[in-house]
Amino acid sequence: MEYLIASGVGLMTAAGVYLILRRHTFPVIVGLALLSYAVNLFIFASGRVAIGMPPILTKGAAGYTDPLTQALVLTAIVISFGMSAVIVMMALGAFLETGHDRIDTNDGESNGEGVGD
Amino acid sequence: MTHWIIVPVVLPAVLGALIVLAMRNDLLLQRVFGLAGTVALTVVALALLRAALLYPPEVYLLGNWPAPFGIVLVLDRLAALLVLLTMVLALFVQLYAIGTGWDAQGRHFHALFQFQLMGLSGAFLTGDLFNLFVFFEVLLIASYGLMIHGGGRDRLRAGVQYVAFNLVGSTLFLFALATIYSVTGTLNMADLAVKVALLPQGDAALLRVGAMLLLVVFAIKGALVPLQFWLPGTYAAAPGPVAALFAVMTKVGAYAVIRVYTLIFPPTAPATGPMIGDVLLPAALVTLGIGAVGVMGAGTLARQVAFAAIASMGTLFTATALFTPQATAAALYYLLHSTLATAILFLLADLVLARRGTGTLRQVLPPVAQGGLLAALFFAGAIALAGLPPLSGFAGKLLILQAARDHVATVWPVILVTSLLMILGFAAAGSTLFWKAHATPGDRERETPSTAALPLVAVFGLTGCLVALTVFAGPVLRVLDATAADLYAPAPYIAANALPAQD
Repeated sequence: MEYLIASGVGLMTAAGVYLILRRHTFPVIVGLALLSYAVNLFIFASGRVAIGMPPILTKGAAGYTDPLTQALVLTAIVISFGMSAVIVMMALGAFLETGHDRIDTNDGESNGEGVGD
Repeated sequence: MTHWIIVPVVLPAVLGALIVLAMRNDLLLQRVFGLAGTVALTVVALALLRAALLYPPEVYLLGNWPAPFGIVLVLDRLAALLVLLTMVLALFVQLYAIGTGWDAQGRHFHALFQFQLMGLSGAFLTGDLFNLFVFFEVLLIASYGLMIHGGGRDRLRAGVQYVAFNLVGSTLFLFALATIYSVTGTLNMADLAVKVALLPQGDAALLRVGAMLLLVVFAIKGALVPLQFWLPGTYAAAPGPVAALFAVMTKVGAYAVIRVYTLIFPPTAPATGPMIGDVLLPAALVTLGIGAVGVMGAGTLARQVAFAAIASMGTLFTATALFTPQATAAALYYLLHSTLATAILFLLADLVLARRGTGTLRQVLPPVAQGGLLAALFFAGAIALAGLPPLSGFAGKLLILQAARDHVATVWPVILVTSLLMILGFAAAGSTLFWKAHATPGDRERETPSTAALPLVAVFGLTGCLVALTVFAGPVLRVLDATAADLYAPAPYIAANALPAQD
């Protein structure tokens, strides 16, 4: 099972990094989502992989599975969900304003002008 | 246990929500409540600093759960100092935004501003690494809103890049935290400090990976080369007052580096050793160089100030990378100074832009309204940021040079040469903007922008803080020396957490 989780994390990270390096906002956003899935799985695995163990250690239990990482994952999921919503809205706004969805436009000198009025 | 420690987090949270829900259509009420909130926060920050100076570090247990299991906020000198810096900066920036009417150019400025303050003070106060991540996200999500405040094509485009880049940073932060957690089984900073010091040799490699990943995350926040490229576009495109407030956001990265790499992974930790400083120092020097060259070459005033901000982060990280109490005290002095100086210049760039219509430095245009006054302020801000006497930039750089006596061959030439480059860059910009400017016949009269007093009051207030920092350099430095000494003797900080005995 460790092998499965590790390769899952690795595969999603690789795909996410590849997509983030694309030129348009849509693949970048999908890439960010994939990366956040990868990191959620990674956090989950950092509490050790165990099956059929109670989350709270009692006298009779043979072992336990770490409940804290599950709380951490939950926080991470909520935050990455909110952040995805924000970037989708902003990308949509930028697309409607500029007429294209390129994310790689160089922020040359023209960008600093005519902004502050 | 006093409840005052959590006020800088709870008050802006409640106020921000109240502003969104109850007064979304009334700008005057928003201004009154927003400003009142920031003033109250400044007062609380002053009281907290006084408490931190008089008493040992104090812990606030959230939900009253004991230390390594629950989340803690820790008030020590460093945290109190930075919260106060944030609030003072925020107060003047808010005055400026109200005075120039920036807050009326879009909705929810004041609510986002309060959420930003909540994230900043939370990040400084927290004593838990995962909670630090959460507060990073709070301040980032507020900064996304502030960054695109007022809208516009260029701003939205720069905003999407900024958000995407920071989301990658957040993911890296989580990877780093999970790696560290998998080795140590805790994320409480004090508990980590104890556990990392006692770690068996076999786990050191994984921990080292976690420590380096964290450094990358903080480097993104602090705009350290090679992760600085998001900063010029973002800060130049952000509204003037927002860019000025962002001057303290890069400092969050520097704060996190100082905190984590003195408390959890100090140079004496067997797992990491002096590795962090060895990596940080060359990167910081290159950052300084790139910032200074950018100041020389920037085409608009806002971009020039953004590059100056990068250079100041380079100086700050140079002093941080030495990891000695003396160098850290110098770094903290420079941190206070460069935050205020960068903010002054960002506000001035905005004032000039509003009067001149364009921030370009490639073209001589007719003189602007209140040109003499703005020129004088620009002069003061530029010599402060470049590090010329008599303002605090000079004292800060002098302290850093003095602390870097062991690195005369590397640190000294870089700091001195980049200071010269920055002086040249600012001098060129100043002469284009103010000196060479002359009215030519046939120029159409520009519509006079509002010459309200409030924005200038804000800039003068910040300049006054810089002067105070210079005049009272002695007492301030004594406080900073004590702060730095605390960082390198973290026993009271750890003891305040009242961890259960290690088994």
